[in-house]
Amino acid sequence: MSKKKGFLNFVAENRFIHILLSILLGFLVGAIFLAIMGLSVGEAYGRLITSVTSVKGFSYVIVYSIPYIVVGLSVAFSFKTGVFNIGAEGQFVMGSMAAAVVGILAGGLPKIVLIPLCFLAAMLAGAVWGVIVGVLKTKWGINEVLSMIMFNWVAFYLSNFIAGIPAIHSDGTAEATKNISDNASTLLSKDLINRLGLCPTANWGILVAIAVTVLVWFIIEKTTLGYELKAVGSNKFAAEYGGINVNRSILTALAISGALAGLGGSLQLMGMGSRISVFSSQEGFGFAGIVVALIGCSNPFGVLIAGIFYGALTFGGSKLNLVGAPTQLINVIVGTVVFFIAISIIFTRLKFLKKKTDKPKPAEPDKKAEGKEAAEK
Amino acid sequence: MAKQYVDMNTPVIEMRNIVKKFGDFTANDGINLTVHKGEIHAILGENGAGKSTLMNQLYGLLKPTSGDILVNGKKIEMNNPRDAIAAGIGMVHQHFMLVQPFTVTENIVLGTEPTKGVKLDMATARKNVVEISERYGLSIDPDAKIEDISVGMQQRVEILKALYRGADILILDEPTSSLTPQEIVELIDIMHNLVKDGKSIIIITHKLKEIKESADFCTIIRLGRYIGTVDVETVTESDLASMMVGRNVTFKVDKPEQEPGEVVLDVQDLHCLDYRGIEIVRGLDLQVRRGEIVGIAGIDGNGQTELVEVITGLRKGTSGKVLVNGVDVFNKSPNFGFKHGVSSIPADRQKHGLVLDFSIEDNLILQNYGKDPFSEKNILQRDPIFAHATQSIEKYDIRPGNSEKRPAGTLSGGNQQKVIIAREVQNDKERNKGKAVLLVSFELDEIMSLSDIIDVIFDGKIVASLPGKDANENELGLMMAGGGKKE
Repeated sequence: MSKKKGFLNFVAENRFIHILLSILLGFLVGAIFLAIMGLSVGEAYGRLITSVTSVKGFSYVIVYSIPYIVVGLSVAFSFKTGVFNIGAEGQFVMGSMAAAVVGILAGGLPKIVLIPLCFLAAMLAGAVWGVIVGVLKTKWGINEVLSMIMFNWVAFYLSNFIAGIPAIHSDGTAEATKNISDNASTLLSKDLINRLGLCPTANWGILVAIAVTVLVWFIIEKTTLGYELKAVGSNKFAAEYGGINVNRSILTALAISGALAGLGGSLQLMGMGSRISVFSSQEGFGFAGIVVALIGCSNPFGVLIAGIFYGALTFGGSKLNLVGAPTQLINVIVGTVVFFIAISIIFTRLKFLKKKTDKPKPAEPDKKAEGKEAAEK
Repeated sequence: MAKQYVDMNTPVIEMRNIVKKFGDFTANDGINLTVHKGEIHAILGENGAGKSTLMNQLYGLLKPTSGDILVNGKKIEMNNPRDAIAAGIGMVHQHFMLVQPFTVTENIVLGTEPTKGVKLDMATARKNVVEISERYGLSIDPDAKIEDISVGMQQRVEILKALYRGADILILDEPTSSLTPQEIVELIDIMHNLVKDGKSIIIITHKLKEIKESADFCTIIRLGRYIGTVDVETVTESDLASMMVGRNVTFKVDKPEQEPGEVVLDVQDLHCLDYRGIEIVRGLDLQVRRGEIVGIAGIDGNGQTELVEVITGLRKGTSGKVLVNGVDVFNKSPNFGFKHGVSSIPADRQKHGLVLDFSIEDNLILQNYGKDPFSEKNILQRDPIFAHATQSIEKYDIRPGNSEKRPAGTLSGGNQQKVIIAREVQNDKERNKGKAVLLVSFELDEIMSLSDIIDVIFDGKIVASLPGKDANENELGLMMAGGGKKE
């Protein structure tokens, strides 16, 4: 009895368990859909697992996860500091376009100069995209969620416009930019890839993603800057009363969050894409970042794991059609996971479940009003 | 008056041997409480004694670890406030549970809105609210938004909210803490009217005078333990006080004669607008000297809130000067004022005083996180921060102890206040001797027992300034109401 009680309490109070439960429920709902479609659950999920557990498959997962991790960190950082960066999508696009422009126009520079320059340009572009929204908010009180959503579209069209500029546009027939210089690429050498049996787009961007994870954790948990930003995020009135410049903090938070999303864009481009297509719709990396931040509980290391998980789902999901299952199944699973995380407060109710199953204690004999009776004499 | 309406044969609330534990901390340790029909029952205890915890269990916000709750003789299990409301229990919290951007009317009817078909019937709602506010003599502006009205007004809205739901048993958690003396008298009248109607009231307080004036019975709690229940008529204020703290108490604050020094805070011809754009501080002059406590006595809404906001930099004034040690901090940022020596203990501690999600140790450095020894090269230094918290918790008796890493939001109201005081007073270390203190309170007792000088504020101006030892309550009350000006 008491062991069971302890377990339920543990489940009810542990955030990590809530996430695992949500993921489990996501797969359960996915299985129900598969069953309805008359497909074998075992075969589909089996394929999902085998496709991500081979050396090559796992290298794909890592490559897929790089932008998810970094954009997830961007969104998680914004959650921690009380701004909701729904504009990560636009900052991502600006970042990848900035890196592309530098990577094409300054392609002659040596690798050791060009790569940092591309990262820097991307972070700057993302930060600027975030700060503009911040200025609109702090100067004129314009709701940041609305302006961010609009700025996502501005970034989208601006990126398409830049891709059409002759100096940038592909020389061939492709509706895309030129390829970035090899000196701007983060790809591993062909040799290494063949020797290890990795996927052709294997790149060392994951090291950047891990480094950024540690850096974000450090800023949030260890520095005075993180303290300030968190204080403003949790209670801006108290922060202001305490002498923290609230508007400056909001701008700083948006700049850092924007820079991270921008960096995510450059990592995606320099590792995987090598050029930017003219888009017909938003790619959704920013929105994936929101999902990853939610699954990772806005904890940097949680985001790292969630990013890899999301990468595995996206890559594994693309293999589902091999067994006749629609790849959209992954969206069902992810949607369900996010749904259960959003309502994960229900898991804390497991405690009450326990209460009801407990045998009620026998009521204490009536001692209650002794004091009062004494007072009444 | 006492027990006039009490029906001793009809207990409406019985709490039996209530135990509430938070982890290994026992907040309530075997508390008993019986309240009868038509009774005003006070719950007395120091800050952190467990009064609010006990009442939160009665209102379904917390579940007892063990013990029974009976309402009208029937044992019930309350999982949430809805169950409590259904059982006829209403609660007015010490911390207001109001929706800030909603109007007074919207807040009062929230959850029980009158409807016309599927539409909200705000006209009827407003009418009902005005009606009930008139019936109980609690005047409010039904169309004002909560975020724009003072703490005192918000308290009235809370009281009206509970009354509107027609509760038979009303729990009032420190209901008078932001009311003026006149309003307290009115509230006590209201309470008497309610018990005459057969309702029952539980009032949580540590104000002995109010217990003597209003309550029939009083249950005393000390450090989470049940001390006893007494008939208020048969005990004196000092009996109650010694039961509350477990030793004899003196009421006089020992205040050595201070030789006032030079002027530290000098407010000159200050003007500012309130949220409606109406001039509320209208040419106010005020001086506080080193080593002196100046109390501002006045009825809520006469400009004292705005005065403090302008001094601390949270509100822009329209004209005037605020000199702190000769430096004008008028219309500068709060940070600028702070750097030049302004620190303040805010009225609304949850909104302005604390970051509730932060631990106590982090709240204690809210203004000093960037300074030695709490940070070095912009990296927070956890050891000094922790040591600082340990010291403050001990010195200011913040309960529970060893709570350095606990989120501030889990503390009781009184202990949250201690955290703020610990922070603000320690910020003053370098100016330790001879601080100048401006005390703004709606509690006249507090002003009178602490102030060297009492300034009376009325209609945005200081209308009188008199030595604290010469003040008497009636005279002050008259001046606060705008009568009997005296220079």
